[in-house]
Amino acid sequence: MNNKNKKGIEVSIALSESVKLCRFEAISAYPITPQTHIVEHLSELVAEGELAAEFITIESEHSALSACIGASAAGARTFTSTSSQGLELMHEILFIASGLRMPIVMAVANRALSAPLSIWNDHGDVMAARDAGWIQIFCENGQEAVDSIIIATRFAEDRRVLLPVMVNLDGFILSHVVEPIEFPAQESVDAFLPSYDPLYTLHPDRPLTMGAYALPELYTEARYAQENALINSKDVINEVMGEFGKKFGREYRVVESYNCEKADTVFVAMGSMNENIMTAIDELKSRGKEAGLVKIRLFRPFPSEELAEVLSGKKRIIVIDRAMPGGAMNGPVFSEISSLAKIRGLDAILSNFILGLGGRDVVPEAFIDIYNESMARTSTFVKAAKTNYRIVGVRE
Amino acid sequence: MIEVRFHGRGGQGAVTSVEICAVSAIDDGKFAQGFPSFGPERRGAPVLAFLRVSEKPIKLRSRIYEPDVIVVLDPSLLAAENPTLGLKKSGTIVINTGKSAQEIKNMFPGFRVAAIDAYSVARDELGIPIANTTMIGALVKATDIISMKSMEDSITERFGRLAQKNINACRRAYNETVII
Repeated sequence: MNNKNKKGIEVSIALSESVKLCRFEAISAYPITPQTHIVEHLSELVAEGELAAEFITIESEHSALSACIGASAAGARTFTSTSSQGLELMHEILFIASGLRMPIVMAVANRALSAPLSIWNDHGDVMAARDAGWIQIFCENGQEAVDSIIIATRFAEDRRVLLPVMVNLDGFILSHVVEPIEFPAQESVDAFLPSYDPLYTLHPDRPLTMGAYALPELYTEARYAQENALINSKDVINEVMGEFGKKFGREYRVVESYNCEKADTVFVAMGSMNENIMTAIDELKSRGKEAGLVKIRLFRPFPSEELAEVLSGKKRIIVIDRAMPGGAMNGPVFSEISSLAKIRGLDAILSNFILGLGGRDVVPEAFIDIYNESMARTSTFVKAAKTNYRIVGVRE
Repeated sequence: MIEVRFHGRGGQGAVTSVEICAVSAIDDGKFAQGFPSFGPERRGAPVLAFLRVSEKPIKLRSRIYEPDVIVVLDPSLLAAENPTLGLKKSGTIVINTGKSAQEIKNMFPGFRVAAIDAYSVARDELGIPIANTTMIGALVKATDIISMKSMEDSITERFGRLAQKNINACRRAYNETVII
């Protein structure tokens, strides 16, 4: 295979270049490891006049997202980026961004939460922001991160959507890797992504209130409208991903699968560990065993129809989580899948494995062990165990 | 696929090395990954950096435990750790050393050894004992996984006005590295 049209570049820098290609007009962000290179490169692009955006420097992530809401409300295409504690400091404002229907795009370089302090990757940060009303996409590699920014900007601003989007990329594991990236031409991105045409904007000459308070008579309806917008956004996301594929030749779907046709045992996972799982699946195949992978690229809104379709008829479903349940019965991805399995009447043995916390390295062989362990299970419920998930490699 | 693990000390440019190598390999039309060991940078402490180069797309997101090649940027690391840990049978040790290739081979029998006194090359060419651009010249000589042309282009892009000196160091290592 030839790689001639690709450039070797660090994923954080490539993602920033994608922000430039999208002609974002306002950026406000506070640097935090491992998102730092994204913000540094964006501020350079703005300072050197390569990106005609207002870069609003602030003192915290709470202020960064607040500034983004102001910019978005004024009609600017608005970008931010954060990680871990930064995302949690934004937490209050996350709900305001989605409630006000601001199509802000945010790259989250996923990182574990303190305490204990960890700068390394897991999905604890984004899972704590899971139900904030944002659309959430998970990226498998650098190319997906670059393309997802373009795709996300397009559907966020679609008048049928008008919602903020988090594009999740695993901190360090993706953000700090130099790898081959193909950049679309500026003209192609311009043709795909027209300038933002907001429905309402704040303007001194045309007074308008956004986010006024809602009495009990109205709050339910306001939130119902927002929830509908989030649920219905999936059709638009599918449509935009389809159009992107036709224009740029790289196909994306809200749920993707690998080797699922033959296999009746499948993994379900999100993010960069998908590549290791595919490598494990190839290895299993060479040993005469079949396993598949179902990749959740869109986590919110949860793509239940697409998942039900691909999981239907499977005998064993192995769900991988990269976050602690925090007292829940299972990891967050498993909870969704088990709910789906019950509602859709999927007759499979489900198992839940938690791994890769706080930067613990995950190798493909881990998934071969998980496969073998899952094959030995006879039921979803493990009676002898206190919890119904297993934390891979934990020392007790 | 060739997997290379760089052993250096914080501040010696191990991460820069893998970045330059990955960019160069991709310029050659190959697939590559270059990444740090993701630790907090501590000047002087032993650090790792990783490089994968392949003719096919790489579907791996983990550290390198069983490298085909190790690159030792600092001779004193041999006293601090065993950089050959996990090195594949008949794998290659590319090492910055004042010792001869044979002396290193005697220390690590069974491995292929590519030796260069990179500190003295770097002192001559750059005026400072920063050996990373020198050592990637040695890596190219020992493995042929990256073209010198792409390597020189990447160094030019990375180092700007300091590029020529670094290219000279890289070329000298390419010519002077002893392989046994």
